[in-house]
Amino acid sequence: MWLLLSSSAARAALIRGGIPWKPGAGDPPEAVTPGGWKYFTPQEALTVEAFVDRLIPADELSPGGKDCGCAVFIDRQLAGPYGRFAGYYMSGPFQEGTKQQGPQSPVTPAQQYRKALAALDTDCRGKYSGKAFTGLSDEQKDTVIKGLEDGSLKLDGVDSASFFKLILKDTQNGFLADPIYGGNKDMASWKMIGFPGAHYDYSAWIDKHNQQVTLPPIGINNHPNWSQ
Amino acid sequence: MARKLPRKDVAIIGLGWTGSILADELTDAGLNVVALERGPWRDTATDFPISYAQDELRYRIQHELFLRNSQMSVTFRNNVNQTALPVRTWGAFMLGNGAGGAGVHWNAETWRFLPTDFTLKSHLTQRYGVSFLPNDMTIQDWGVTFADLEPHYDEFEYLCGTSGQAGNLNGEIQAGGNPFEGPRSRPYPTPPQKQGYGHTLFAKAAEELGYKPFPQPSGNLSQAYTNPLGVRLGKCTYCGFCEWFGCANYSKASPQTTVLPVLLRKSNFEGRTECEVTRINLDNTGKRATGVTYVDTSGEEFEQPADLVLLCAFSLFNVQLLLLSGIGTPYDPQTGQGQIGRNFTHQVMSSALGFFDKDKYNFNPFVASGAIGMCIDEFNGDNFDHSSLGFVGGGYIGQVQTNGRPIETTAVPPGTPAWGKEWKQALKDNYLSTINSGGACHASFYSYRDNYLSLDPTYKDRFGRPLVRLTIDFHDNEIKMSNFLTDKYAEILKQMGAKQIVKQPRKGPYDVTAYQTSHLNGGAIMGDKPGNSALNRYLQSWDVPNLFVMGASAFPQNAGYNPTGTVGALAYWAAKAIRSQYLTNPGPLVHA
Repeated sequence: MWLLLSSSAARAALIRGGIPWKPGAGDPPEAVTPGGWKYFTPQEALTVEAFVDRLIPADELSPGGKDCGCAVFIDRQLAGPYGRFAGYYMSGPFQEGTKQQGPQSPVTPAQQYRKALAALDTDCRGKYSGKAFTGLSDEQKDTVIKGLEDGSLKLDGVDSASFFKLILKDTQNGFLADPIYGGNKDMASWKMIGFPGAHYDYSAWIDKHNQQVTLPPIGINNHPNWSQ
Repeated sequence: MARKLPRKDVAIIGLGWTGSILADELTDAGLNVVALERGPWRDTATDFPISYAQDELRYRIQHELFLRNSQMSVTFRNNVNQTALPVRTWGAFMLGNGAGGAGVHWNAETWRFLPTDFTLKSHLTQRYGVSFLPNDMTIQDWGVTFADLEPHYDEFEYLCGTSGQAGNLNGEIQAGGNPFEGPRSRPYPTPPQKQGYGHTLFAKAAEELGYKPFPQPSGNLSQAYTNPLGVRLGKCTYCGFCEWFGCANYSKASPQTTVLPVLLRKSNFEGRTECEVTRINLDNTGKRATGVTYVDTSGEEFEQPADLVLLCAFSLFNVQLLLLSGIGTPYDPQTGQGQIGRNFTHQVMSSALGFFDKDKYNFNPFVASGAIGMCIDEFNGDNFDHSSLGFVGGGYIGQVQTNGRPIETTAVPPGTPAWGKEWKQALKDNYLSTINSGGACHASFYSYRDNYLSLDPTYKDRFGRPLVRLTIDFHDNEIKMSNFLTDKYAEILKQMGAKQIVKQPRKGPYDVTAYQTSHLNGGAIMGDKPGNSALNRYLQSWDVPNLFVMGASAFPQNAGYNPTGTVGALAYWAAKAIRSQYLTNPGPLVHA
């Protein structure tokens, strides 16, 4: 006799007599739907949209970071387990070590964004006649971003180099991840690079050396032939 | 106060590869077996179904199938002059969790070690003289030979249905296989996997340079297969979401696809998941295990008495549990005394990026499996003359690129801006035409006096027990070796026609944030006498004869291959010793 499971979150502790299995059990990803912000304040959201639009500018290769949904992606990630270092070892004492010992700060990604975005606007207002980051020209935004990147711009009270690495990684993850997470809208990045997506069966292609795969790109929950 | 449960014949700690194999063997022998797994139950249809298994963000970037550091982590320092700090999130290695253990998410690269790997100290001393070896290198012979293990390598490969091309059949070298491998008694159970363009081009270039390339032995099967237990696996579809992921297709060998369906139906087996063993209990002589204590999800403590205890957790945690349970003597690097924690090793990995002309080369990197690839073994182990090279050791070299997953496949030529329009253009221009094989040079990591495992004095787990502390750094020998192998790989990339090559040899200090396989070994090593090892040749504890300790913690040093084939072979070798010798006459199997 084997135990039935009510949901994948409450797995049976005792397993005997057979494989514990229930039809329909599973934990599919929850699709992100744009509209509203779950973590960012309206001003933070505008700042992040402006930022991702410079990291991934719109051009003939793809829409910009904002239209690809990168800010939505980051917002939903920060509102979830990622934003609060869920799963991390968070016991103290916290102390800085060597570079090889890895990050030791208790400041979560969500906290980092909140502090850094506020400090960014304060810094911009000070340098650009009272304009926040969103009020700058594209050239000026790029100058600010490069300053964060090369360490010449240090925001007050913020590990600026670390914040730049964080927002760059999150933006690129949002650009390249499955669209179900709110970014990579319409598989824009996958179409740009030539990745056909979540096809499970490439057996027909393993022998087709140096040939372009002509499968239409698909994500976990979207394919041009599927109806909504 | 722990609640005492009814006695079992065998208590197994961990339901990964070795726990599953040993449970199956000992239930066959008629014993009552309970396995305690601290992670959740996992099965293909529920946990990695085809509808959403290919989720790079969830499984590769956010590591959902892996052990959470909040449940258990480790601390790390390069040497005794530093304070070890917690690994707050995984980097250099990614540790499994749940039923199936690392067998769920591994690449399925299924290698055998070389015959000389098992007699490494004797062999190198004989060939080069003892002063050729660094005087703080602590390599030693294993106490078993390749010939001892060959039938058990065979057993593990036939359990898995491993796809490969034999290179040495009973002493006769076979074309198309690895000419350096030890003699095998029969061919692989299934033919090798098909290879992609990049892998095939590597093989062609390697041949042109005078090497003998062969397909990497793969636990992602080339065809449907029914194993000796009657469990059926499917044919791999080269989906490119292999390592780090569960296989939705039943075509990657794992405990789930090879053993558990049979094991779980036996009336004399019971699995308890989300039950964390906190201690192996000893009687008042300290020489006999009485069972284990564990905690379930309610936080309640249980005592599970058993006549035989098999420690089948991941290598690091085997050592941690031995130390926490007071079994054996903890190793002290100052005095050199004590066996538990000694000879801790990892794997020396390096690679090179090969950028090719995008108008001439399309490698379709996303058409791949976790163990696909063409390899050469000319520079592994002692397959080549080291006399003038100033190092010992080596590794296989191969085009073993496993995927084109977008977040991970963003290599662009040096000097490309990290963001903006130029970055986008470079991403587009290079995605399909770059060889980016992270595991290209997969080399040995020999053991040293100052690389070891111990209990951390400061940082604790959620039960208040000390975390295991890693003290590890690279030595000159491994750095020299890595440079040598990387140069050889780069030469092959050049022969392939790469227009730009960026060498990425391993550099010190050892960095716990940079992924370099999860092949962590040693700390409870096997050997021929109690003075030089924690376990005898059957993986039986010298200190506590009714305790056996499985896994790569038994390796005295690491060879230039992925470890799982050898872990599986040792599990079958130990199972045979337990069944044919120990059960009829419990007690020490070796009197040294």
